[in-house]
Amino acid sequence: MSDSATVADHNPALQHHFADMEQQQQAATMGMWVFLITEIMFFGGMFLAYMVYRYMYYAAFVAGSQAMDFWYGTINTIVLICSSLTMALAVRASQVGQRKALVALLIVTMLFGCAFMGIKAIEYTGHWRDHQFPGANFHFAGPDPQHIEIFFSLYWAMTGFHALHMLIGIVVVGFITFYAWRGRYGPDYHNPVENVGLYWHFVDIVWIYLYPLLYLISHKHTG
Amino acid sequence: MSAHVVPKKTYITVWGILMILTVVTALVSRIDLGHLSAIVALAIATGKALLVVLFFMGVKYINQKMTIVVIVAGIFWLAILMVLSMADYGTRLWS
Repeated sequence: MSDSATVADHNPALQHHFADMEQQQQAATMGMWVFLITEIMFFGGMFLAYMVYRYMYYAAFVAGSQAMDFWYGTINTIVLICSSLTMALAVRASQVGQRKALVALLIVTMLFGCAFMGIKAIEYTGHWRDHQFPGANFHFAGPDPQHIEIFFSLYWAMTGFHALHMLIGIVVVGFITFYAWRGRYGPDYHNPVENVGLYWHFVDIVWIYLYPLLYLISHKHTG
Repeated sequence: MSAHVVPKKTYITVWGILMILTVVTALVSRIDLGHLSAIVALAIATGKALLVVLFFMGVKYINQKMTIVVIVAGIFWLAILMVLSMADYGTRLWS
């Protein structure tokens, strides 16, 4: 067995502890899913808290939900679904080795992400101004404000952690875009693009559940 | 080694269905269905999440069984968290 032959033959992106590129690819995909499962556990706890408190203080949660702006939530849902499409197409572009398309699609994905964050910032500003942030300055006209405060605590925690994930996603996509522009990814090696894609879609799925829970299901109730 | 390349048309079709489901769930929320509204909205959300997982995240095309085991185990864990916790809190007021 000649070491120089092995070194010369293998793909430069192949890490020495993997037998071949296929094994490396499968390990990367599985590792990413293990990470996403920990993310499901992280968000799952908050979703459970939301379900339990909504069950216990139903009228207060309906009142809190009705203070949400239907259009901000709906437009942001559409923005995120579009960003997931461009991300899926970006991963495809990396698989078939279309460098320019990959860079362009990643940039469009980041722009959608920034649009989401901008809309969220406008929405947060309104809630902050209206004293809907839990704490000493919290104020809500009507009955049972202390349980409506629980609704807003969960609202800020869930959408806040989601927004933090979006922010991290945009930054990581930025790095991937730089390396894609440098021509690092192609048909033989694109694990980082696939994994950031998996992360991006996961964050989209969290919002797919946040949207109905926070903005929709109590919209037409009278409490 | 080569990844399974999905046709662009598939991604665009899935995106179209996701957009239609978003409009449907938004319109349904304008009707007062009482307690049913949460079930309908979450059912539509689960349909959308399934489309994203199967097509955008490519789970439909994964050929490594161990990765599928990891994903199913994770979702099963989430089901335990939700179902058992709600079976507790949801029945505490029964007497």
